[in-house]
Amino acid sequence: MKTKSLIYYALISSIFLFSLVSIWKILVTLQGVELKNFNFVIIITSGIAISLLNLLIGERLNYLIKSTFFALIFTFVDGYIVQVMPIWYNIGIFAILMFFSFKINKYNQKYLASEHSSQIVVFDFLTLFGIVLFSFVILFPFYMMLITSFKTQAALLINPLDFSINFNQDFKELFKSYFVIFDTYKFGRYILISTFVSVGTVIVTLVFAIPAAYAVARLNFFGKNFLSTSILIIYMFPAIVLVIPLYTVFSQLGLRNSVSGLLIVYTATTLPVAIYMLQGYFKSIPKELEEAAIMDKLNWFGIIIKIILPLSIPAISSVALYVFMIAWNEFLFSLMFLDNPNSFTLSRAIQYLSGDAETPRQYLMAGSVVVTIPVLLIFVYFEKYLVSGLTAGSVKG
Amino acid sequence: MSDTLSKIEKRTAYILILPAVFLVFSIILFPIFANVWISFKEVGLKDIRIPEPRAKKIVKSIKDNPDQLKVTYKLRNSSLILEIRDVKFQDKLPKNIKPINLDERCSFKSNKIYCEFGNWKAKYKENFQILLQSLDGKQINKKELKTIKPKLTGKSDNILLNTNFTLKNFKKVFFQNEFFDLLSTTFYYTFFGTIGSIVFGILTAQLVNQKFFGRTFMRSVLLFPYVGPVVALAYTWELLLDPYSGTLNNLLMNFQVIQEPLNLLGQKYLVINFFGFDLKLRLALTTVIIFEIWRYFPLAFLFILARLQAVPKELYEAAEVDGAGPLQKFTNITLPQITAVISILFMIRFIWNFNKFEDIFLLTGGASGTRTLPINVYEQGFTISDIGMGSAVSIVIVALLLLFMFVYFKLIGKRADEN
Repeated sequence: MKTKSLIYYALISSIFLFSLVSIWKILVTLQGVELKNFNFVIIITSGIAISLLNLLIGERLNYLIKSTFFALIFTFVDGYIVQVMPIWYNIGIFAILMFFSFKINKYNQKYLASEHSSQIVVFDFLTLFGIVLFSFVILFPFYMMLITSFKTQAALLINPLDFSINFNQDFKELFKSYFVIFDTYKFGRYILISTFVSVGTVIVTLVFAIPAAYAVARLNFFGKNFLSTSILIIYMFPAIVLVIPLYTVFSQLGLRNSVSGLLIVYTATTLPVAIYMLQGYFKSIPKELEEAAIMDKLNWFGIIIKIILPLSIPAISSVALYVFMIAWNEFLFSLMFLDNPNSFTLSRAIQYLSGDAETPRQYLMAGSVVVTIPVLLIFVYFEKYLVSGLTAGSVKG
Repeated sequence: MSDTLSKIEKRTAYILILPAVFLVFSIILFPIFANVWISFKEVGLKDIRIPEPRAKKIVKSIKDNPDQLKVTYKLRNSSLILEIRDVKFQDKLPKNIKPINLDERCSFKSNKIYCEFGNWKAKYKENFQILLQSLDGKQINKKELKTIKPKLTGKSDNILLNTNFTLKNFKKVFFQNEFFDLLSTTFYYTFFGTIGSIVFGILTAQLVNQKFFGRTFMRSVLLFPYVGPVVALAYTWELLLDPYSGTLNNLLMNFQVIQEPLNLLGQKYLVINFFGFDLKLRLALTTVIIFEIWRYFPLAFLFILARLQAVPKELYEAAEVDGAGPLQKFTNITLPQITAVISILFMIRFIWNFNKFEDIFLLTGGASGTRTLPINVYEQGFTISDIGMGSAVSIVIVALLLLFMFVYFKLIGKRADEN
């Protein structure tokens, strides 16, 4: 057994334990339980003690008994330090310790003597640490968004750390923020507008993009190379430099404050990436199919409808989903073009709500939940399509 | 035969691409050129409304004289700045009604009043009156008279279309706009945001490339910040970071990590005492960069993961046989395999971060030292209402962007030559 490996193992495992316990403590604090200290020194020391004991005991004890033993001791020590806590806090600590003991069980004296063992230990724990930490950091804001939308203004002011939800209250009380944003702030209307704009953008974009992508993928014409490189370059141009000219021109044409104006802009901005993604896919379809169709006297329109479309359903769906998400999430143009509350999209409506400093934050968060949930649902459900779309064409965002 | 076929092919191709090209041209390319035009003009937000001649019709009956009616047209020029030339007026009267005491600018022909008002200056106003006399002795129908709307036409300069150019905007951009401050903030934001998102992208891709329980779930979760709507996420972060009622500050104070709440989005500098030296950290800018990294590392993650999964397993196995540790495997196999992806990602993210508007706008609105060039476009154009100035800043952005792209394609081209 090498000393270096031993030190690495003891330190990194106890730091990992500390971060697990700390995250648990944060979550417990957010349930309104008063907890003031992470007890860094004590937890690190006991972590080191447990990992060393684990080595000493080795396989002389059944690992289940060993883990339970560690977990029980730690839970009692911790329970003594933090004093009176709800029992579920201790159960959580016990579970964390069981998990931790299972993880360190595989390290024994022989293992630590092997080559690169110090590196492997560090990598193993960094992986675990990464999984826990990244999940926490990413999910926490979403968790907070959801919880805040169920709270009342008073409760939020009294204790901003109390994330517990009282499920015993009336259904109407619990979902009050949602009732308010739908009744008072007309969110139902905004959902309809957002849906209309997004679905409309998808349809119009596909109608324009499929023929163009087919031409770029299959037909020979003058300026084809120029076109396919300019698609990419155009795609790199940001919305912010288009805003002022479009604002002035749309104002003079009376297209501002209209959903159709928004539809035109969204279509134009998503077209390049749609064409780019589709033509890549069309190129992968075997040419022989089309040659047979030409023999059958099908024209180009027939080829696209009868051969290309049925074969490229996956690519088209991934483009459609991608375009839908861009249009649904879009903010800049809706901020610029819409100033009449009757034609707001969801994003714009939430921004408008927040413009009034008096708006209670739980309404803002309820609105945020309403705009976020459809996208996340679509994303989780169609992840396969979306991920391929994102990697194929997406540089935007 | 093949000649005609290729002709048909060409024609079809043009028909197929034309709609898309037309749309992209008018909504993306045209505005970029229009920016150049506007940036050389002095245009305010209020100037872009086209001036219109307007008339409001008021009908009043006259006491003791039921055959007559008094009609007043409140005429005005809708613009406060621009003149309208050759204003022409036309209004129709019901049958059997005649105007009396008609103004000399006007004439009456076949039930219609025609007037030529000449030129109206900016803010021009006039109350124009006509007396109407019934010819058949019947009372005039007021309602019918009211429903007929007068028609007015006139010519005016569209301030956007005239050819008065000035260099004022660019002078202002470079000399009165704290330009170098803006530029350095933008570069800070762009550079650290890009580097950060790539570093976290590598870390997470390396993570998910291993086998563990819940791996597919983890992959979805990692993409949440990227697919979520920016408005919702930015406001959630704003609440999270609020100095008084925000969760983060309260947590940190609760666990005694900090003594005083930190105004993470509203404080320009944070002075840190580091071994007797006062280090000034740009606090709000750092927070905004962290949000940016949080939101966009998933893209880097996705690209790098896709690349990692294509690395042949044999490479790692061979390295293991040769006695390489995890660190050596990472530096000698993984890193060389993903450098190409990283360089592409770097350029792409760099360009996109350089133009990022929504995130900063929603979090700080450009206050506390987070004003970047895109934020400045909005501020100039819509807060200060100077459209010309906003366009000039846009032009600067486009110029820098073209420079980046030039470098990018040069590098990519070189790489392609090498392979």
